[in-house]
Amino acid sequence: MDTPTSVVAVGADLLASAVESQAVPVTRVDWRPPMPGTEDDLVEVALDPLRADANARALAAVLDVQATLVDVAPASEVLGLEPGQFLHAGPPIEWGRASGPLRGALLGGAALEGLVADPDDAVALFESGSSVSLEPCHHRGTVGPMAGVVTPSMWMWVLEDQRTGRRAFCSLNEGLGKVLRYGAYSPDVLQRLRWMGGVLGPLLRAAVRASDPVDVTGILTQMLQMGDEAHNRNRAGTLMLLRDLSPALVSAGDPADVADVLRFVGGNDHFFLNLAMPACKLALDAARGIDGSTMVVAMARNGTDFGIQVAGTGGEWFTGPAQLADGLYLGDFGPDDANPDIGDSAITETAGIGGFAMATAPAIVRFVGGSVPDALATTQRMHEITLGENPRWQVPVLEFQGTPTGIDVTMVCRTGILPQINTGMAGRVAGVGQVGAGLVTPPAEIFPAALSRLADLARARG
Amino acid sequence: MTAGRIHVELRSGAYADSVTLLQVSRDVAGVDGVLAAQVAMATPLNIDVLRGMGFDVPASSPNDMVVAVRAADDAALGRGLAAVEQSLAAVRRPGGATTGGQQPHRTSASALRAVPDGLVLVSTPGPSAIVEAVDALDAGCDVMLFSDNVPVEQEVALKRLAAARGLLVMGPDCGTAVVGGLGLGFANVVRPGPVGIVAASGTGCQQLLALLDHAGVGVTSALGVGGRDLSAEVGGLATREALRRLDLDDDVELIVLISKPPAPEVAADIEAYVASLGTPVELAFLGPGRPDLTAAAEAVLRRLGHDVPTWPVRVPGAAHLGGPGTLLQGLFVGGTNCTEARIVAESLLGTDGGHGFTDFGDDQYTSGRAHPMIDPTIRLEHLARVAADPTTAVVLLDVVLGHGAEPDPAALLAPAIAQVPQPVVVSLVGTADDPQDRDRQAAQLAAAGAEVHLSNAGAARRAVALLGGTP
Repeated sequence: MDTPTSVVAVGADLLASAVESQAVPVTRVDWRPPMPGTEDDLVEVALDPLRADANARALAAVLDVQATLVDVAPASEVLGLEPGQFLHAGPPIEWGRASGPLRGALLGGAALEGLVADPDDAVALFESGSSVSLEPCHHRGTVGPMAGVVTPSMWMWVLEDQRTGRRAFCSLNEGLGKVLRYGAYSPDVLQRLRWMGGVLGPLLRAAVRASDPVDVTGILTQMLQMGDEAHNRNRAGTLMLLRDLSPALVSAGDPADVADVLRFVGGNDHFFLNLAMPACKLALDAARGIDGSTMVVAMARNGTDFGIQVAGTGGEWFTGPAQLADGLYLGDFGPDDANPDIGDSAITETAGIGGFAMATAPAIVRFVGGSVPDALATTQRMHEITLGENPRWQVPVLEFQGTPTGIDVTMVCRTGILPQINTGMAGRVAGVGQVGAGLVTPPAEIFPAALSRLADLARARG
Repeated sequence: MTAGRIHVELRSGAYADSVTLLQVSRDVAGVDGVLAAQVAMATPLNIDVLRGMGFDVPASSPNDMVVAVRAADDAALGRGLAAVEQSLAAVRRPGGATTGGQQPHRTSASALRAVPDGLVLVSTPGPSAIVEAVDALDAGCDVMLFSDNVPVEQEVALKRLAAARGLLVMGPDCGTAVVGGLGLGFANVVRPGPVGIVAASGTGCQQLLALLDHAGVGVTSALGVGGRDLSAEVGGLATREALRRLDLDDDVELIVLISKPPAPEVAADIEAYVASLGTPVELAFLGPGRPDLTAAAEAVLRRLGHDVPTWPVRVPGAAHLGGPGTLLQGLFVGGTNCTEARIVAESLLGTDGGHGFTDFGDDQYTSGRAHPMIDPTIRLEHLARVAADPTTAVVLLDVVLGHGAEPDPAALLAPAIAQVPQPVVVSLVGTADDPQDRDRQAAQLAAAGAEVHLSNAGAARRAVALLGGTP
């Protein structure tokens, strides 16, 4: 037998040193005990005969998706949303447990739909629950940033994987500061939403329909090499979207309206976030329902609970308390003003960008309270908990290594490394709006819970 | 036991392997004024050891690190605790907390992305060992599973996975392997040669390596398969793959298969497989009424046309006269050495003589502790106990050398042997080129009063003879 050219050693360092003393190179694993209580489930899942192939298929399915922008349309039209139906970010929740920013967004949404004249009057509506219903965006092929409230009259981006015809949806981005998705519902917030429904949406629809389908996945490839990580920085992506839509946009309507639209989009560096998110959603949905796969297909928060869904566990949500972000505050706001983590935007991290691609966005490390070495280390650390790399989405500063893609529940439990999420912070009190931005992780316990279910399913298959 | 200042502290989330913590404990125990020190993971076994040392350990989990120090006074305790930090920091590898630099690999799966064709050597605690081993198989790599405490059903599942992919699982509880000349685990330093070994026993393999080396016969590869591989449950899955690999190796002229006798339902299958190979196979199935390993080595030598040497014995430098005791007490670090000695003794003395044979490498003595070939503490305690026992007539020990084993076992064992009033016989399993310098070890043990044999079976026969009063 040939002498091994290299040895990977995990465990006692003494045995690794003994190999090194024989002039064979050793790669040491910095092994530490797994999360408490996960050992037996980790063995069960490791030995599940479906796992390796299921994960390979799940990752390939995600990487195969090409998201294109094909339409812009009201939620009533593309989602069949009816008056009184509200979508929200994160796992399912009822009004009684909803946080301030989600309540604020729901109140504003009710007023936008004309269910009440004054948003505050909608409290009774939601408390009684008789004529309104709440449902997660994720249950309708949709993602929503922050509170993620979607009402029937809101206009939605429509993204399609043209090979399969599958679609994903997201509302249009309102900008920063006092906006509905951060829980603000003052008259100016509602006025902006009405303009978005009356002018922005129809003009974008005309432009999108008159243009070739916009390759959103392709824009993501480019923006990741232009300093965006596509969660808290979408500046390059927004400009590329304008580049692609402007020729058709300029002749789509009244020149004054067109100018307003261009001004609005150009003035909102986060405009592209609402395309990055459904592109990620579309990719990850391709991996849903693969038995035996331990890959996370959604991470989402409703301001109270943080939930994940996993490819091999169907539609079940594994939830724990949403955490407070660690970061920087706007103006006079401080930690006491912040609401726990909220929004479906962690779909970007689930797909390997956002916090996972922090190394490619050094320009915003200070915005979320970090340093450039932290950013490099974060992206490298995320490779420890992911199934593979995205060959299209590369990080130049890391020698064009692909972004870490496909969070593996077993790897999170084995290493204790939690997914790193870049996020905005909403005010705790309904109506306040954004108070800061920072870094946050999921509550650790939801990963052992998902692992336990994966192990149960593997045992049941025998 | 409770004199002085006592400090017991639990550190949750801290982890270091048992060998590293052994070194830390020794560093701290060596500090002036420190009376006792133990830094260990809080496994049930280690908590027993700590209690035995007089420490009260609060409720804990095996994932907690216990730091326990007893010192003469406050100043000494302070020095001891400083030494804990210093020693832990010294063993912590660079790269653990880098910012921006290369991150350490935290799983074998991650390491194998950087080193895609590596052989994987796993020595983590049992439950996690399977998970790391599956990483190796997923990456298409062979794995040596040094870890013990692996349930048999998990071993079966792992080896089925490996068999389906044409990969080799050496272990679990595989202490020794030589792969293309590279020694893994407690392997001895051997010259390349015509023999290939498939061994279900680590120390059995080492005994054969040592005897063949003494006779001037080299070994190209020695593949461990784990002690249960030829059981009905496992069905010889790894043995077949190991035989297949050695059969493919043109440098191997003779394969030796060392194991307990296979389960009846496995025996025919393995014998048929052996018959299908192009390379001859010497079957060395060990057990009562069967040839011992020394006899197996002699058979191998004869089959290769070599002379059979006289196995060396070093006579003691100081006489241990013993007392009125009647019992043989065998204290072993090698499981197969222990079993072989017991079988030899029972063949001569019968099975109901009350003689003692203890294997300190058994799972019950190694949970969260380094193997006794690395950490002699527990056996040394027992040695003192049997020496003080008036029923003990003769003490039989093994000392196993090679890569990974204690760097100088005689340093602690020879002084302990010198304190034993009864005759002491040692089987010293090692080769002349082992890093411990076998002949110097033999000289020190003999000077302390032990009779030192290269053949473990020979040592056992001699111990039995000494029971009969033969000087």
